[in-house]
Amino acid sequence: MAQLTFREAIARGIAQEMRRDPTVVMLGEDVAAAGGVFKGTVGLLDEFGPRRVRDTPISEQAILGAAMGAAMTGLRPIAEIMFSDFFAVCWDIVVNEIAKSRYMTDGQVSFPLVIRSGNGGGLRFGAQHSQSVENWAMMIPGLKVVVPASARDVIGLMAAAVRDPDPVVFLEAKALYPTKMDVPDGEIVDALGVARVLRNGDDATVLALGSMVPRTLAAAERLAGEGISVTVIDVRSLIPLDTATILREVARTGRLFTVEENPRVLGWGAEIAAVVSEEIFYDLDGPIVRITTPHIPLPAADALEDLAIPSVERIATTIAKALSD
Amino acid sequence: MTSTQTAGSTDLARQVAMYRTQVALRAFETRAYDLFLENLVKGTSHLSLGQEAIAAGVAAAMAPDDWTFATYRGHAHTLARGVPMTPVLAELLGRRNGLMRGKGGSMHLTSVTHGVMGSYAVIGSHLPIACGAAWSAQYRGTDQVAVCFFGDGTTNIGAFHEALNFAAIWHLPVVFVCENNLWMEYTRTSEVTAVAHPAADRASAYGLEPILVDGNDADAVYEVARTALARARAGQGPSLIEAETYRHGGHSRADPGTYRPDDEVEAWLARDPLPMYRARLAASGVGEDELAALEAQVADEVEEATREARAGEQPGEDLLFADVWADGGSAWRN
Repeated sequence: MAQLTFREAIARGIAQEMRRDPTVVMLGEDVAAAGGVFKGTVGLLDEFGPRRVRDTPISEQAILGAAMGAAMTGLRPIAEIMFSDFFAVCWDIVVNEIAKSRYMTDGQVSFPLVIRSGNGGGLRFGAQHSQSVENWAMMIPGLKVVVPASARDVIGLMAAAVRDPDPVVFLEAKALYPTKMDVPDGEIVDALGVARVLRNGDDATVLALGSMVPRTLAAAERLAGEGISVTVIDVRSLIPLDTATILREVARTGRLFTVEENPRVLGWGAEIAAVVSEEIFYDLDGPIVRITTPHIPLPAADALEDLAIPSVERIATTIAKALSD
Repeated sequence: MTSTQTAGSTDLARQVAMYRTQVALRAFETRAYDLFLENLVKGTSHLSLGQEAIAAGVAAAMAPDDWTFATYRGHAHTLARGVPMTPVLAELLGRRNGLMRGKGGSMHLTSVTHGVMGSYAVIGSHLPIACGAAWSAQYRGTDQVAVCFFGDGTTNIGAFHEALNFAAIWHLPVVFVCENNLWMEYTRTSEVTAVAHPAADRASAYGLEPILVDGNDADAVYEVARTALARARAGQGPSLIEAETYRHGGHSRADPGTYRPDDEVEAWLARDPLPMYRARLAASGVGEDELAALEAQVADEVEEATREARAGEQPGEDLLFADVWADGGSAWRN
């Protein structure tokens, strides 16, 4: 067992896979010599050398295009897009090329690649470096999307993503980089598409993702003090989505809340709300409630950013109020 | 001088083969156009009529395991790598016996077994992808080269510049081939481009030699491609070739190309690569019988491909949900 920060877990997770498989390579801006702007890739250049850990120019289309071309010809690249907001300058490669080409070619080509990206707010960087874009990625047929919420899951889900034969968008909540936890020694490998029940309760099921997971757990703790017991599920993987676990828990508790950092309109909880409404409507005892960042660009000032992103306080009071109505 | 004679006859055999490729591309594209008029080819399609010498010349210089990255104007580059006509034509017709069983269409022809790693229909996007394949060859220590075709209009999009810089700094074994047909869709390229030669004049920005070649002369194209491929294989990095040519028709199916001045079209039709090349072969001693037999053979091939493509079944629902994922399916939830 070792105490690891979320950011240290990234390097450990990547190293675990690079040691195992010589076709795993890594590229991105400042990922090698500098160890990543968020220090998520520290030590990888030293261990694996400049052939496998490569700095690139500020050329997001080239980074992801190169990852795609390498993936279709025998490598398993891990590419970094420094801030997920920057997907906007290379979205064509992600959406039109990587996501569609297997289907268009009748399965002739595969894209075993991982795109890592720092996602979401918490660092007061303003609207162009803070958006939570998991809903962008989720809505594209052909992309898998995972969002770890703990250092342990960074390693396990990274292993699952690297070993998966399909392209995986791996979103790292920037707000979680400094968080620390005990992580077991040895190899950690998870499966994609498995949600995790973190806390059991009977009054409601609360789904959270990424940076919203620790806040939701804290809110659940507060609610427990008020006599409200909720199940908390870390969704972990948006595509594939573990609807079996979600439907089971929502049916059991009769209520569903989602806690989402992405802006409200068409956030990931909207699709889950639709699935729940269509499939287990009569198991619901009350309205589905989504707790999200409002449909606004994220402001820079810490006071404003804190108002925008769901807080422990907002999560707890929204749930308590809805359950008392 | 036996060796010279051997080399000479080898060259001539290759030239005859390149002529055959050009004849096949011309016949195929002409048939594709006829089938549009019959409304059998749905959607859009972009023909290489007039530009055949580039596809034929470059393909002849490539090794079998080299990679082709083509554009939406990619029928010619696909066929030139040896993909049979029937699956390509059937793909245009949206049939189950198509190259991708109808799931890609004219603009996305792909045949990995022939080294055709895809045809990409968003301008410029495949240049970085070709870089990635070249990086893979470099990393794995194979001597494969990625060859990436694109049009003059591509030289004004960001991905072109990102890819050229990337290929140069990583010394990647990739050959970029710009088919400059002078028109960016309906607009004269020179009216929207800061330099006279859209690719060649940009080469120096990436530390590359400017390479201009007559794209209507398959021999000239073959020579520059051979040199560029050898450089790439020797670890000397990328090349950027600009091949000047002209499309005989419009940009796409919907475009009659009437915006082009008649005298310009006539001048380029007079430089049609096929009759020029045929005359060269005849002057080199290739008999009329041989050329006529080759042309007849190609004509038969097109007829057979047309019959087979037309007879192809419509694809069904089994294909609709297939191959989103590597497990063959499309499930996004359990």
